[in-house]
Amino acid sequence: MLRFLTTWIGSFQEYILLSGRAFGNIVREPHYYDDVLIQMDIIGFGSIPIVLLTGFFSGAIIALQMARALNTYGASSQVGSIVALTLVRELGPVLTALLVTGRNASGIASELGSMKVTEQIDAMRALGTDPVQKLVTPRLIATAVMLPALTVVADAIGLFGAYLVSVPLLKIISASQYWTTSYQALVMNDLAQGLLKPLIFGMIIALVGCFYGLRTTGGTQGVGRATTHAVVAASIWIFFVTFLIDKIFVNL
Amino acid sequence: MADTADTAEPILELKDVTLKFGETWGLRNVSLDLYPGQTFIIFGAAGSGKTTLLKAVIGLVRVDSGQIKLLGEDVTQMEEHELFGLRSRVGILFQEGGLFDSLLVGENVEYPLVNQQSSAKEGDSQGEEEVECRVRETLRFVELEHTMEKFPSELSGGMRRRVGIARAIVTNPPLVLYDSPTAGLDPITANTIMALIAKQRDVQNTASLLVSHRYQDGEIMADFRYDPEKKELLAIPEEARVSGANGTRFVVMRGGEIVFFGTRHELEASDDGYVKRFVRHEG
Ligand SMILES: Nc1ncnc2c1ncn2[C@@H]1O[C@H](COP(=O)(O)OP(=O)(O)O)[C@@H](O)[C@H]1O
Ligand SMILES: [Mg+2]
Repeated sequence: MLRFLTTWIGSFQEYILLSGRAFGNIVREPHYYDDVLIQMDIIGFGSIPIVLLTGFFSGAIIALQMARALNTYGASSQVGSIVALTLVRELGPVLTALLVTGRNASGIASELGSMKVTEQIDAMRALGTDPVQKLVTPRLIATAVMLPALTVVADAIGLFGAYLVSVPLLKIISASQYWTTSYQALVMNDLAQGLLKPLIFGMIIALVGCFYGLRTTGGTQGVGRATTHAVVAASIWIFFVTFLIDKIFVNL
Repeated sequence: MADTADTAEPILELKDVTLKFGETWGLRNVSLDLYPGQTFIIFGAAGSGKTTLLKAVIGLVRVDSGQIKLLGEDVTQMEEHELFGLRSRVGILFQEGGLFDSLLVGENVEYPLVNQQSSAKEGDSQGEEEVECRVRETLRFVELEHTMEKFPSELSGGMRRRVGIARAIVTNPPLVLYDSPTAGLDPITANTIMALIAKQRDVQNTASLLVSHRYQDGEIMADFRYDPEKKELLAIPEEARVSGANGTRFVVMRGGEIVFFGTRHELEASDDGYVKRFVRHEG
């Protein structure tokens, strides 16, 4: 148990060190702008289809469930505001982050892991390129920028899904009522939370993926292990950080 | 060449280098001096620290104690960013290849040159044409000029190894580290590769540390010399083989330790059971 704890603390220390270097490199030469753009394309645009699909159905499902529950209290007219609040504050950021974790934390870990076991990372260092600067920092920037954008997309399509359920399908409220209530429900605080979360999640996903990728050992099997660990660790961190942020914002 | 050994400074000096990975020894009290133009053939069982030794030399792994002096600079005292310049003066072929699979063969071979340029002072950098020319020349040296525009994944194992060698020697470094250049290759391809390595040594007077699993690799390095006129490897006359401090030496490692150091004859005469395993016994 003690042994487990010391290894864990050791890893966490390494993780913090890697993060520190990755952030430090943002303001340090040389900058690999091309890599940032390539990663933005892979992480951002590559994730749009799945984010659209998931966002749409989450909105639709919340609306279905809420419509029934609200009806028992005679509060069907509130469906728009409930959906808006849940989506923007909680589900949009968390669901999108989990999707991107599945897609990109694993992708990053396996790509860097393969590079590690084929000694490409060592080759980079041997040939005068800092792997953190070249590989980690671009992924950090790209994910931190793209995840909030993807979350906004997920929120919007989710609201649209909920609209389709509440207005044309169940006909519980009118279109204008739906959009007005959902718009009015959101205050600055919710929007701030809804954007701060994906920004932090984005950093977690990129850094955890890179961390497990770069410490891969043990050939191709090791790459598989690194990928699994990255997804599990990033998911846990996302829930933990959600809890922390919610706690802070409730007190504000 | 041989008689300069006494006066010349070693190109690489290890003094009592020790490194532990948790409970296992990576390197244990390793000391050696390698002189310009000299070759050390390193044998040892899997996990005996051969790769670790090569990586420690250029600071890719950090040692716990001891001193490593490479081209006159103390690797153990240098920060990662300070090491970049020093590393660019050493070539290395990785056991697992280490070719960048997102880059073309030509770009892989070009990488050390471009890197050397960006770390060199402004003004004395070579032109783009010169770089391109040098890349072609080096790929021609390993007989792979036609693969410039291919990705490493499109090549066979032996060809990738040769690209790795091209990348290691493209800057004509005074020291090249070869990690298992012939492992996993058929004997004919392996001999081709060893001929290239011997040729590089004799054309450029390159020093090298060469990890190997084949006794013949050591024989080729110890007994053959590239003849620039005839353009082939010729056997060195028997009496000239062991003479001079600069001749090829054999190192046998076990558990991170150097358990044997000496000439080919001394290696063959060894009666240590472990050391004997690396000598090919005729008949
Ligand atoms: N990064 C590392 N972390 C932990 N142990 C390592 C690491 N690199 C090498 N080792 C261990 O050090 C020993 C020597 O490894 P290595 O130098 O790769 O052996 P060789 O190249 O001779 O097969 C082995 O026991 C290996 O498991
Ligand atoms: Mg090895």
